[in-house]
Amino acid sequence: MWFPRLASDRVLRTRLIEGPFALTLQENNANRLYCLNMQAEKQGLHRGMSYSDARAFCPDLQSRPADPIGDQQFLHVLRRWAARHYCPWVGLEGGDGLVLDITGAAHLFGGEAAMLTDMRQRLSRAGFAARIGLGDTRGAAWALAHYGEGYAAPGQALAALQTLPVAALRLDNKTTIALQRLGLRSVGDLAGAVRAPLARRFGPEVLMRLDQALGHQPEQIAPLAEPPHYGVRMTVPDPIGLYDDVMAGTARLLDQICARLKAQETGARVLCLTLRRVDQDSQTIELRLARPLRDPRRILPLFERGVRDVDAGFGIDQMRLEATQVEPLPVQQVSHVSSGRKDQLDDLVTRIGTRIGLENIQRFLPADSHIPERSFLIAPAAYSDPGGPWVSLRSRPLQLFPPVPVAGTGPRPPKRFRWRRMSLTTARATGPERIAPEWWLVDDNWRSGLRDYWRVETRQGRRLWLFYTPQNPGWFVQGEFA
Amino acid sequence: MQSDLSTSFPLRRARVHEVCGSGAMGFAAVCVAQMQGDVLWIREVWRPEALNPVGLNAFFDPARMLVAQVKDQTEGLAVAEEALRDGALPLVVVELSQPLDLTKGRRLQLAAKIGKSTGLCLIPEGMGSNAAETRWQCTPFFNPAFDPADSTLQRWEIIKNKSGTLRAWHVRWDAASRRLHVVSPAGKRPGSQDAPD
Repeated sequence: MWFPRLASDRVLRTRLIEGPFALTLQENNANRLYCLNMQAEKQGLHRGMSYSDARAFCPDLQSRPADPIGDQQFLHVLRRWAARHYCPWVGLEGGDGLVLDITGAAHLFGGEAAMLTDMRQRLSRAGFAARIGLGDTRGAAWALAHYGEGYAAPGQALAALQTLPVAALRLDNKTTIALQRLGLRSVGDLAGAVRAPLARRFGPEVLMRLDQALGHQPEQIAPLAEPPHYGVRMTVPDPIGLYDDVMAGTARLLDQICARLKAQETGARVLCLTLRRVDQDSQTIELRLARPLRDPRRILPLFERGVRDVDAGFGIDQMRLEATQVEPLPVQQVSHVSSGRKDQLDDLVTRIGTRIGLENIQRFLPADSHIPERSFLIAPAAYSDPGGPWVSLRSRPLQLFPPVPVAGTGPRPPKRFRWRRMSLTTARATGPERIAPEWWLVDDNWRSGLRDYWRVETRQGRRLWLFYTPQNPGWFVQGEFA
Repeated sequence: MQSDLSTSFPLRRARVHEVCGSGAMGFAAVCVAQMQGDVLWIREVWRPEALNPVGLNAFFDPARMLVAQVKDQTEGLAVAEEALRDGALPLVVVELSQPLDLTKGRRLQLAAKIGKSTGLCLIPEGMGSNAAETRWQCTPFFNPAFDPADSTLQRWEIIKNKSGTLRAWHVRWDAASRRLHVVSPAGKRPGSQDAPD
């Protein structure tokens, strides 16, 4: 099944444009035509042509920028459609085709011809130009889709391909031209030629493609695996509204989803429970977990708070639970060393996270820097593990403030100073400890240059961390020791 | 003297205690150091001063600590209640900025009783709640005897105690051995005239 104009058809489906239309793609500093519609082709335009040339040929050409990634995604959509509709064995063929193994599925549509008609009808109704070839082998079907459009009867592949050009064998351009120069223009010519000189001249590729098309060599269709889908829903015959009922429904959905998660060895990180009310309004409870989980007994209590807040109105008649974010969670050996406390802590973090936001529960991680403010990192506890060793070569204050200027001159700590409306007297000062700014990072707080840190014991009891900036003389208080 | 502090100092479990004064942070750090297991430290986002884990390292391994950043005191109390009731954490530290009324204090107390975990509120001076089990006032104290390696000498005074007497001690944290020493400072020594410490 080949979609010769997949990209432009996709765009034209959403906006109807009469007249020639093309998608352009920036390639090597030139805007080139990427895909065009029928009218544009009739005007003599072709793919790969530069856009300005095309405008010169056809002044009323309309264009839009192309989106190759979107096209690929759309091809996957078509693949899923084909897999749902026609046969389970569907793979991608290049960037603009699908390959279906309809063995054993054609009779469901009343034969192969009827199936092809059905496919064509549906695709043209959806606005897609499609060319479909059917054959014993993948190669024959490809050749027919691209160069003949038809149907090769079983065992009659050679007869159907006889007159098609050699390019129909999925050969590259260079080989095709070389074969044409030898006078081997059609597949029939090539099949009739002596094989040994061909193999010597062109390598195994040509004969392999020929054999694949004629069925002398097998070729597999690799169907893409369906990505696992973690969503389940439940519709209840009568609307429910009681807390216990909703929780019971959630428990059922959770059991199903956890079974799926277990089969895939993954754990849910974010779960969304959508409750649809009879008046079509719906409410979503998002549960963000502190660790990937797939144990329904642990997840269910975590929903309690969210479910309690739901306004059921006249009742809820549909519930849908989806794991919107999953992470790998391999099966683990159950050991006699209990991890119960750890699990309990994770559940607590999840529960607090539903209240204040999971990223507001943080932990400290060590960082390699002499700058006091940067000697640690703050990371969300749910997405990090406790970090390595903490090293402090010199004593560091328990609290850090944004530096507060205090009155003082000279490189020795001031004898008396005022800080936070307290008048303090220096009794003893230990220092200085010189810390240089990290010049490779821009930090406005360190604009004043070097800092000489002093540990100042005041006669009033407090021990403060003062620094002096010799390059821009001034004294500041930055921390307090315990 | 030491035995005397031990009657009230490793804070009574399953209760909520309060501490005020400029040495409150150090008191909390010592409490954490004396507990096994993880600790939740609840503080409001707007506070300009930051906990310095490198400094906390002198007391305990900062990997044991989780910090919950809350929007305001109501949210902080809700988180504290949830954490105390759960019991997964042996100690929950809350920094408060406004006085607690009796209901809120009592709620925390009940939650701590259910979860069997200890709560510690760092309160501004003079804003204690009646529900607190003990209230401590901690002030750093200048020690004329010079020892550069030592940490600050602290004066810890119990100013409210539901089941015991009010006393004051001078203590000092030893970072190397991670132990708390009760010391008798030169000169006046409140409530410890006869201790041969």
